[in-house]
This record gives sequence, structure tokens and C-alpha cells, in this order.
Amino acid sequence: MHAIYELAGGFLVWAALVIFAGGTVIRMAWLAATARKKDAAVFHYFSFYYALRSILHWIVPFASRNMRLHPVMTAVTFIFHLCLIITPIFAAAHVILIAESWGGGWWYLPDAAADIMTLTVILGCVFFLIRRISKKDVRYLSTAGDYILLVIVAAPFLSGYWSYHQWSGFEIAGIVHMLSGELLLICIPFTRLFHMILFPFTRGYAGSEFGGMRSARDW
Amino acid sequence: MKKQNNLNNTQNPGQIHDIGIKRGAGRLSREKIASVLEKLIETEGGARLSAYINTCVHCGLCSDACHHYLSRGCDPRFSPAGKVKQTVSTILAKKGKVSPEFIKRTCEIAFTECNLCRRCQLYCPFGIDISYLMLFIRRACHLLGVVPQYIQDTAHSHSATMNQMWVRDDEWIDTLQWQEEEARDEIPDLRIPIDKQGADIFYSVIGPEPKFRPQLIYQMAVIMHAAGADWTLPSAPGWDNSDMCMYTGDVEMTARLKKVHFEAAIGLKNKRIVMGECGHAFRSVYDVGNRLLGWKMPPLPTVHAISFYSELLEEGRIEIDHKFERPVTFHDPCNIVRGRGLHETARYIINRVCKTFIELEPNREHNFCCGAGGGVINCGPPFKTKRVESNKVKADQLAAAREKGAEVVIAPCHNCHGGLEEIIEHYELGMELMFLSDILYECIKKK
Repeated sequence: MHAIYELAGGFLVWAALVIFAGGTVIRMAWLAATARKKDAAVFHYFSFYYALRSILHWIVPFASRNMRLHPVMTAVTFIFHLCLIITPIFAAAHVILIAESWGGGWWYLPDAAADIMTLTVILGCVFFLIRRISKKDVRYLSTAGDYILLVIVAAPFLSGYWSYHQWSGFEIAGIVHMLSGELLLICIPFTRLFHMILFPFTRGYAGSEFGGMRSARDW
Repeated sequence: MKKQNNLNNTQNPGQIHDIGIKRGAGRLSREKIASVLEKLIETEGGARLSAYINTCVHCGLCSDACHHYLSRGCDPRFSPAGKVKQTVSTILAKKGKVSPEFIKRTCEIAFTECNLCRRCQLYCPFGIDISYLMLFIRRACHLLGVVPQYIQDTAHSHSATMNQMWVRDDEWIDTLQWQEEEARDEIPDLRIPIDKQGADIFYSVIGPEPKFRPQLIYQMAVIMHAAGADWTLPSAPGWDNSDMCMYTGDVEMTARLKKVHFEAAIGLKNKRIVMGECGHAFRSVYDVGNRLLGWKMPPLPTVHAISFYSELLEEGRIEIDHKFERPVTFHDPCNIVRGRGLHETARYIINRVCKTFIELEPNREHNFCCGAGGGVINCGPPFKTKRVESNKVKADQLAAAREKGAEVVIAPCHNCHGGLEEIIEHYELGMELMFLSDILYECIKKK
């Protein structure tokens, strides 16, 4: 078990980071090169002003009509995504590990806050799962991959929560936490989780066309 | 969806008989389909296609944007992402290896269950352009030779005559002269100038105007005359700014049509193009044709009639004789509102000319589609019942405005007129449908 711990906490961390960063760069480069070749107009119509205008209306809660039409979904989505991104970067255990390995480190969340945020992510995943199953249109769209992704996202938070609270088998939970976190990172460039990277580009392009070409709002 | 909903026949896939779809698919084999689709994906399926398909997280937030979905009891097959799942996603997942039966259903979805109105793009958090994806499918259908018969006929007309309605060159000139003659009974010195070199305004209309609604040319002539405008129409092809090829996936023909249209104006050395009250034609000239011809923006200033009327009113070139009495409501057409942001301009005109204006809810960029645009009404009578059933939500929206007192619906778009006419009749709404030019003609001081 010690060997697995070493592997998951050492080599695999690096591997996951390299695959995540490399995969993201390669995929974006492929998209840019393909766009240059087949959708060259995209570059001509792209406008930073209108892209930003559109992005802002979609990253500020309730700034778009659709967000106002679905208040519960909007609230859960925003809180979920914030916790999902902030918690791993600012969890005390993560920052301390980094500080011990390389020195430095940065501000970190109080444990109680990280605890609540972790639980929020888990509950968010449960909410999305229930929504996926219970809403007819979402169920119709859902593929096996969508359910698996939910599990992949929930796993590092669930195992992290488990190991932090030192419930029985927490040593194993710690290893699962590291492995599942690495899996999550690796999955980003190769699955629908890539929406995290593509969001500003697709939204920005829609905003550019609506604002620059069509003088209309897209929110 | 495993459990079949309790749907009537028009909602069940493949129940509508369309000879264009049936015969077209009958000529296909799995091998032929695969080779055409593979080539299409290779040559035209670029970064946008990939980004849109792979970014969609299947959240279903686009569903409520679609009038087909809302009107069909929230049947998930009619949600925007649901239509993508049944068509382009499946084709990409199977690398084009699909059956002729699949192509039949795909064709029906892309041509008759999506109006390309882009409302869903305003509801998708990622701004995924479903109309782009549906047009990709229509392009595939065009290349496979599986297109609903009626709209394909209009595309044939475009190819043969450069207008949508098989109008012959002499009939076009004859119609203009006929309308001039009629109008001179009312205003003796009125002219409809043909081929006037160097005129300020090149006025273009859609094929159905000379064919079915020549009074619109008459009315515009009266408005132009009252404004003292220096305008002209061409005698040769290029007078028709419409474009059903844009909707059948025939991009080569769209480029030819727009080239002829622009060249007619440039050839006459006219300073700008003013287009009649049509939405899809505006999209084709302002947003699509220019791109296909390699221009970021149209090669000469191009405005929709709404912008032109508002300019005339603002500059005091036309005066209002009396206000329009009956209470009106306004339907924002997708191609000039989501497509050009002319909603406030239209409201400026209405408030200047009409006594009582009642808003539809929702309105402006969020207005519901007429159900006819995107070439859907051009797929003709076989799909009429399906069309009106697919837009009950529009009927409810109009009925709510009627409850508030609206008697007249203004829609500055030909396709919207077609769609709203069917809805008003089918749902027995008893409202009258008008163009802005109908109202202006009635209310301005005629000189």
C-alpha cells in the first residue's frame, strides 16, 4: 500500500498535470489550426469587446434571462462550480503539501470552510444526478458518459471528505482521493469537462457575432 | 427515450409523406451515405462543429428556448439538443455510417423541426449555435439529394431564374409597370424607376412580392414618392434578394444568388441597398452571402426596410397624416432582431405611427419564432399541420396580447406572415396581420 501511496503522491501527480496541461494545449492548438483552415471567418468576426460583454453576462449569476427562468439550477450551478475550482486550489492540506515539497505556498481556506465546500460539491453532483434522471429532456440527452463524469467529479471530493474526517478505511480513502483527483485532471482535456476551457471561446464567439455583426444581445 | 409518449401521428417520426425525402432516400445506399458524409465531415466539419458538439454538457437548458419543444408538451425529441442528438451527434459518432431510413428522419428534423431562429443560442450557457449544426445537416441532406420537395423546387427556381418563384424576366418588368400604373391612379406623378444609374437607393424585394403581393411594391413606391427618394429597381435578375438555397444547404447557389444581387446594385452604381420587409432575405444578404463571397461585411451599405422607414421618419422626409387607430402588437422576426438588433428601431416607427402599442411577452431578442422561418414553411403543405401544432406557444403568446386588446399583429417579414397567418387561422385568434408598409401607407401624408 505504501508503494501505491508513493506512486499516487509522486509520479502520478506529475503525469496527471502533464497530461492535463499537454492535452489542453494540444487540443486548443488543434482547434485553432482547424479553425484557421476550415472556419477562417471565426478570427475575423471575433471581437474582444463583445466576447467579454457576453461572457460577463453569463458568469454573473442571474444576468441572463435563462438563468432567471431557472433560479434553483442557476444558484446550484454557480455555487457548485465555485466550490469545485476553489476548494482543491485553496485546501489547507494541498497548500501545505505544496509548501513542504517546493517551499512557498499560498493563502489557504480554514478547514471548516473547505469541509463545507467539499460537501457542497458532493451535494451538487447529487443534484445534477437527480436532475439528469428526473427531468425528461435531460434524461433523453444523457449518455453513459455523462453519468460516469459525474462520478469522476464527485470521487475526489467524496474520498477527500472521507479521509479528512478519518472515518474507517481513511488510509485507502486517501489513496483513492489522490488517484481520483489525478483521473479528474486527466479527463478534462479529453471529455466534456473540456467545457471548462472552451466556455470563453464558444460564448465569446457567440457574443462577437451577436454584438459585432448583428447588434443584438445574446443573454 | 424508451417509453413512447402518447403522440398523434404528426408527431411520430416518418409519418409525413414527402416525395422529395422519400425518393431521395430511395436512391441511397449505406455505402453512398458513408462516402458523402465522410467527405463532408473532412472538408467542412471544422473547429466550430467539434467545439459545439464536444462542449455541450447535455444540461437541457436550451429546451425552454424552443417553440417546437414547448408546443409539443415538452417532448424531449423536439428540444434543440435533442435534435442535435438525433442527427449530427449520431452521424459523427458513427462516422457517417447510417442508413437511408436514418437520413429520412434526419432530413425531416433538420428541415421541419428547427426554424434556425437562433433563440436557443441565447439560452445555452455556452452559446452553442444549434442553427449552425442544423444547417450542417441540411448541407449533408443537400449533398445526398434528400430534400423536401417544395423547398427544393424553390431552390431549382433560384438556379434556373435567379428568383425564388419562377418569375420570368418580362413578368417582373410587367409587374413593376402594372403597379406603377395602378399607383398613378392615386398619385399621378408617381414613378417606379427601373435601372436608374447612380440612384441613391437600390430597392430589392423577394420573389413572392411580384408573384403574390404586388401591393407591397405599390406601397413602397408611394412611400418612396412621399419621401422624394432617389430610388430604382433593376430590370434584370438580381432584383430578388431572397434565398431558399441558404436553407437547403446549397451554399454554392447562395453565393451565386448574392453575387448577382450585389452586382445588380453595383452595376447600376447605386449607393446602397434597401431591402423590403423580409427576414430571411436580410440574413442571406447581410450575414451569409457576404461571407460566402469573401466579404466580412456586405460590399455596399445594406439596410432592411425598418431602418429605412425609421430614417425617413427621423429626418422628417415622410410625415404622419393620422395615427393608426386600432391597437397593435409587434412580432420581432428572428433574422432582423436576433439577426440585426432592429427591435428598438421597429418600436420607434410603431410609436410614431400607431395610437396603441401592446407588447408581446416575451419580446425583442426573446420573442418566439413564427414557426415558418428557416425554410420550414417552404417545405410546403405536407407539413402544415405539423407546423401549426409545433407553434401552439406562439398562439398562446398572441392570444395573451389579444386579451390586452391587440387587434393587429405587425410582422415586418414575409416568412413570419406565412407562419402567423396559419397560426391565427388554425387557433382562431381573429387577429389581423400587417406589414409596417401597410400601416405607413395608410397613415402617411401622400404627396
